[in-house]
Amino acid sequence: MNEIVFKKVLCPNITMFKIKTPELVERAEAGQFVILRAYEESERIPMSIGGLDRENGLLTIVVMEVGKSSAEIVRMEVGEHFMDVVGPLGVPTHIEDFGGTCVVIGGGVGIPPIRPIAEALKDKGNKVVGIIGARSQDLLIFEEELGEICDDLIITTDDGSKGMKGFVTHALQKMIDDGENVKFVMAVGPVIMMKNIAKTTEPYGISTWVSLNPIMVDGTGMCGGCRVSVDGKSKFACVDGPDFDGHKVDFDELMQRQAMYKDQEKVAYDDYLHKCKIGLDRS
Amino acid sequence: MATEELAGIELGELPLKERPKVPRQPMPEQDPKERSHNFKEVPNGYTPALAVKEAQRCLQCKKPTCMNGCPVEVDIPAFLKLITEGEFSRAARKIKETNSLPAVCGRVCPQEEQCEVVCVLHKKYKPVAIGNLERFVADWEREHDEMQVPELAPSTGKKVAVVGSGPAGLTVAGDLVKMGHGVTVFEALHKEGGVLVYGIPEFRLPKVIVKSEVDFLEKMGVEFKTSYVIGKIRGIDELFEDGYSAVFIGTGAGLPNFMGIPGENLNGIYSANEYLTRSNLMRAFAFDDAKGTPIMAGKTVVVLGGGNTAMDSVRTGLRLGAERAIIMYRRSRQEMPARDAEIHHAEEEGIEFHFLTTPIKFMGDDNGWVRQMECLKMELGEPDASGRRRPVPIEGSNFTLDVNTVIVAIGNSSNPLIPRTTSGLDTNKWGNIIADAETGQTSRKGVFAGGDIVTGGATVILAAGAGKKAARAIDEYLKTV
Repeated sequence: MNEIVFKKVLCPNITMFKIKTPELVERAEAGQFVILRAYEESERIPMSIGGLDRENGLLTIVVMEVGKSSAEIVRMEVGEHFMDVVGPLGVPTHIEDFGGTCVVIGGGVGIPPIRPIAEALKDKGNKVVGIIGARSQDLLIFEEELGEICDDLIITTDDGSKGMKGFVTHALQKMIDDGENVKFVMAVGPVIMMKNIAKTTEPYGISTWVSLNPIMVDGTGMCGGCRVSVDGKSKFACVDGPDFDGHKVDFDELMQRQAMYKDQEKVAYDDYLHKCKIGLDRS
Repeated sequence: MATEELAGIELGELPLKERPKVPRQPMPEQDPKERSHNFKEVPNGYTPALAVKEAQRCLQCKKPTCMNGCPVEVDIPAFLKLITEGEFSRAARKIKETNSLPAVCGRVCPQEEQCEVVCVLHKKYKPVAIGNLERFVADWEREHDEMQVPELAPSTGKKVAVVGSGPAGLTVAGDLVKMGHGVTVFEALHKEGGVLVYGIPEFRLPKVIVKSEVDFLEKMGVEFKTSYVIGKIRGIDELFEDGYSAVFIGTGAGLPNFMGIPGENLNGIYSANEYLTRSNLMRAFAFDDAKGTPIMAGKTVVVLGGGNTAMDSVRTGLRLGAERAIIMYRRSRQEMPARDAEIHHAEEEGIEFHFLTTPIKFMGDDNGWVRQMECLKMELGEPDASGRRRPVPIEGSNFTLDVNTVIVAIGNSSNPLIPRTTSGLDTNKWGNIIADAETGQTSRKGVFAGGDIVTGGATVILAAGAGKKAARAIDEYLKTV
């Protein structure tokens, strides 16, 4: 159970895993997430679903190393087992025939989760344009996978090493300016990116949904740690989300709440890296 | 079984007249100053000598009122008699005929409201320390490795699904497996025990005890599936398709209540569920060593609420290093629902109590951290629906308090996941599942429920009691399918 059957380092710090969890995969839908626990003393951390291979019961997750918990995970090898993979959690992305162009936007490690969403939108008969962005071309992931699914794929890089130089927001603005009939936007990525995408579409009243990633503990709605303010009301991202109307989310509050454990995270990560150096990293 | 540990102890019964003259044996406890810096249990437990002496106080009444006080009808005089004979493990087994969680109940039951308050000795003397003795024998059995799997009834060939591994679910599972039924317990979290493992701190209920109870159930044949969220990965309808003939829902009151006042999403403000889950289940209290899950350890911790969860939260805050650990409660000490024993322990540890006070908003700094709370003083007016005097704000009594960490422990509502994803399951306006008080039968055939999901937040023993009744009703029901 929860065996890692495939591992691929996609680019520095970003690793893709395929985990065998047939029951979960059978039930899961685009936009949902799982909670992972690597080892006994590990944190419970949420991870978006990056792919669902229902035939083989394999769940794809893509992890970026940013601290101890992600560092532990990216060092796991094929054949190892996660102590827990809980899911599928959250409400699936709302998919329908939107009667126009659907734009799926992914930034950095937010790119993989838009793949199942793009697939679902295509299945419903929508025209799907993908916009993916990274700091530079060697940090760009899932280009081939999304290229196969989307009717059109636009690439942006901060440094201009590939595609359009700039942010995904610029690419979206250009699409709108060029007269594309955009009816639905789904954005997954850093909070500041999602905030800016929502700001971009707001003057046009385009339905814009974002996948929020607050800190979580249980993921089933019993602790309230993942609460976010949406339209002035408190919602739990794990059971009411993770998708929310981007024009109603208090992104600034989310960014502040995500920073709550910065100090402890640094302590844990420094300690972990030190232990790695001296070979004591496997807990 | 007599061992060297019983040397020097006078076993057997005292003459009836002598018994009331023996004072209630005090429970040895950790010193308050020391224990406010560790997560070890407060009571150290009776020694065999103390246990025998205390058990000998029981008058062995012909009509034992104590048994009526017990929500699961433990045969109290019988287990006390076995203690006087030095038969500690047998006494534990006697309890387990009716209560499968004695090590837990001996620690967390409010005996002062249940068995002990109706003890015949209570009026003129002090009641028999039934809780301390239940704890003693359960611990003895476990520590001496004398837990015996009881004889199970022949297999009925029927399977029951139990959703939730808290006290209700564990009790249902234990009783049904003894009756010969197959039992699978589904638990959403990664460890079994429900509130026993995420809600009640280590210093009140060591987790090795919960694990031991779960292991015992596994030995009896109960199957546990953790990290398995019924309502997400599988629905109740599908459990019937999977071959289960009945389902018991014991998913608890896992929906935290917030005040709904401005600033409540500032960093440093927790629901009690989150705070305790981090500390207890995720062992954040050991972050300095394990560096796993973190928790904020503010210098000034304010806990809003007056129940056992509030007590657990504030005493956790103290142990995490708070210089000031404060309970803020909108009524007075008399109205506090928490156990007297825990309030007393908290007072000894130096917890501050601010009664007749309520916050009206939280103020933070530029980075979104809570720094202060504005509060109002209250006075008590007429009784409300709960029978307790209603707190009424005193105009103009506003004041400000500096804080680092705030924990909102004002109660929990029923977690909506199962009701939302199960057809034909009636709930009341608060989201609690409607179930018959004697059988746990819900509006859906073959589906039973008990514990906090039915009553709203209550106690471990009431959940266990509901589990008992439901097991009986499920057993009857299975004979008809």
